[in-house]
Amino acid sequence: MLTLLINGTVINNEGQLNEVEVKIENNKIVEIGQNLDQTNCELIDVKGNLISAGFIDVHVHLREPGGEHKETIETGSYSAAKGGFTTIAAMPNTRPVPDCVEQMNKLQTRIQETAHVNVLPYASITIRELGEELVDMEGLKNAGAFAFTDDGVGVQSAAMMLQAMKKAASINMPIVAHCEENTLINKGSVHEGVFSKENGLNGIPAVCESVHIARDVLLAEAAECHYHVCHISTKESVRVVRDAKRAGIKVTAEVTPHHLLLCDEDIPGLDPNYKMNPPLRGKADRAALIEGLLDGTIDFIATDHAPHTADEKNEGMLLAPFGIVGLETAFPLLYTHFVETGKITLQQLIEFLTVKPAETFSLDRGSLEVGAVADITIIDLKEEQEINPETFLSKGRNTPFAGWNCKGWPVMTLVNGKIAWEKGSVLV
Amino acid sequence: MNHLLTMNELTITDLDEILEDAEKFKNGKQWSIDQQTFIANLFFEPSTRTKFSFEVAERKMGFEVLNFEAETSSVQKGETLYDTIRTLQAIGAKAVVIRHPQDEYFKELQGKVNIPIINAGDGCGHHPTQSLLDLLTIKQQFGRFKGLKIAIVGDIRHSRVARSNAEVLNRLGAEVVFSAPNQWQDSTNPYGQYVHIDEAIETSDVVMLLRIQHERHNEAMGLSKKDYHALFGLTIEREKRMKLGSIIMHPAPFNRDVEIASELVECERSMIFKQMENGVFIRMAVLKRALQVAKEGVVVC
Repeated sequence: MLTLLINGTVINNEGQLNEVEVKIENNKIVEIGQNLDQTNCELIDVKGNLISAGFIDVHVHLREPGGEHKETIETGSYSAAKGGFTTIAAMPNTRPVPDCVEQMNKLQTRIQETAHVNVLPYASITIRELGEELVDMEGLKNAGAFAFTDDGVGVQSAAMMLQAMKKAASINMPIVAHCEENTLINKGSVHEGVFSKENGLNGIPAVCESVHIARDVLLAEAAECHYHVCHISTKESVRVVRDAKRAGIKVTAEVTPHHLLLCDEDIPGLDPNYKMNPPLRGKADRAALIEGLLDGTIDFIATDHAPHTADEKNEGMLLAPFGIVGLETAFPLLYTHFVETGKITLQQLIEFLTVKPAETFSLDRGSLEVGAVADITIIDLKEEQEINPETFLSKGRNTPFAGWNCKGWPVMTLVNGKIAWEKGSVLV
Repeated sequence: MNHLLTMNELTITDLDEILEDAEKFKNGKQWSIDQQTFIANLFFEPSTRTKFSFEVAERKMGFEVLNFEAETSSVQKGETLYDTIRTLQAIGAKAVVIRHPQDEYFKELQGKVNIPIINAGDGCGHHPTQSLLDLLTIKQQFGRFKGLKIAIVGDIRHSRVARSNAEVLNRLGAEVVFSAPNQWQDSTNPYGQYVHIDEAIETSDVVMLLRIQHERHNEAMGLSKKDYHALFGLTIEREKRMKLGSIIMHPAPFNRDVEIASELVECERSMIFKQMENGVFIRMAVLKRALQVAKEGVVVC
């Protein structure tokens, strides 16, 4: 089975767009060039659009099992395909939590049966994410766990975290951390800053996150473990990670599009679509995140796609759950507000979504080269449209970006050489 | 709010987690709350096992127990159940355990009280911790529910346990059969077929006997105790015909030589006292679930 993508463009090392064709045999890229032999090939005309390695998002909430009213593996992975993501990692804060081999096997079966893209399931660090008891890391690794995280909550006990890191290091697996010190949450629903003060709301202070990161990098050093920071959001956190990297500690970090694009002063009112965890921080935090991304302190971008139902989000700022969807809006938002404005290059943006996460987690994905798996995203950089939540393939409509006008929309996604989504297709 | 009111509200995941926690408590796991924690036990009708079992569970977890005596409380002055709970909440109780003769007494409280309610039995309705300890006992014995056949024998109509056990066992993949005298059959219970007592006993993995609840019966039993024992009781002769590896269960208190031959109460098959032992661990697990600050499964992002 041969497939040939014709009339495409790729971005070269100098950042220029070159015309190119890509030949796929079975699930691998076998040739990249011009005027390739078309014998026995199924042709796909990509009409001058950009051909990129498929995007990777290591921070996605698919909600299945237990939260299928918010999202399923099927809907979430289709949403990912529409956003140009060919590999996503599913967070374990589900019910039940994938904290044992039996649950992991069940989850893997559901993924095989229903996923439209590569779905890599996280296992939790502790049983039921309670922070009390370590999971069987070896068993879970053998059952296909991508990495270990208690995302949704922070691991409160330093002793537990150290034990987890030592065990993870011994089996060459990373610890991925949601960093939040429960005693500092302050029952907040937004960042402790301008917005919380103006609106008389309890705020979650920046130190609630950074104190955990500071603790954890030292634990990671002691355990010689690869420690990855989820959704970094404060300037102090960036500084701690930067210092830790300089000290030779194996720490990596991700940042979300919404923390790069928004700060608490952008929240228009008590709209729960602006409520996420970590919260939108201050202006200086946002600047530090951009700086950290550009100087390599922050390794890549991940969406923290967190779907909730409209009813849940309509509970008001205090009661609504934290989180916004992100898979279908990430690239257009970042392309429009970072590449088009000259803050970063297109090549950098693609790296933040492909090579960098792949390198961080040693994935054999994320590169557009001969011999690589044919996970490919095709993007129309000229297409311009408003973000309309009603068109999302995700069950979630919870986004603060509704109505934003963006350029650079994915038009086709191939996973393992097969079309997983193309513009205009919907789930039937 | 992590109430425990009925078995129906518990998902399979909830059940798995409660059983898992109970097993851990049985194996010596400790779980407590750092600050002083008061739990109120409100028993509006007599109870030995359940009341003491909750109290032992509470004390094992380091909680302070507030024992409420209906006959010496303000209930005698006309205080409502809601006002009683609000009062206990105001003075610092973190959870209430309630047994009440009124069916579904908790309905009037739902959405109004801000501390977890644990139902320790309501009228002829629900007794979730009894069902849970039964499940734990079965799981310890067989390691599974799927494919097991469970006979529930006796006063199906007036039993708190029969309906909720049958429903949950069905959900867990077990087959349930009932055996009861005509006047104690419950045509509204859809979770199992009625079969002859001998068939039930000879083909089931678990024979769950129910207590004859004299205090709840308006009409006379219509059978002498001796007759009941011969017709529907687990006689010595019937026990000999039970399946290899099968077990006997009874929520207790048992009437010797009525539901079960006195000699069988502590026979090898009998799990009656093991059920009581498990009751403490189940109640510890249920209290943990009610009081856990970071309830698992809560999606916080």
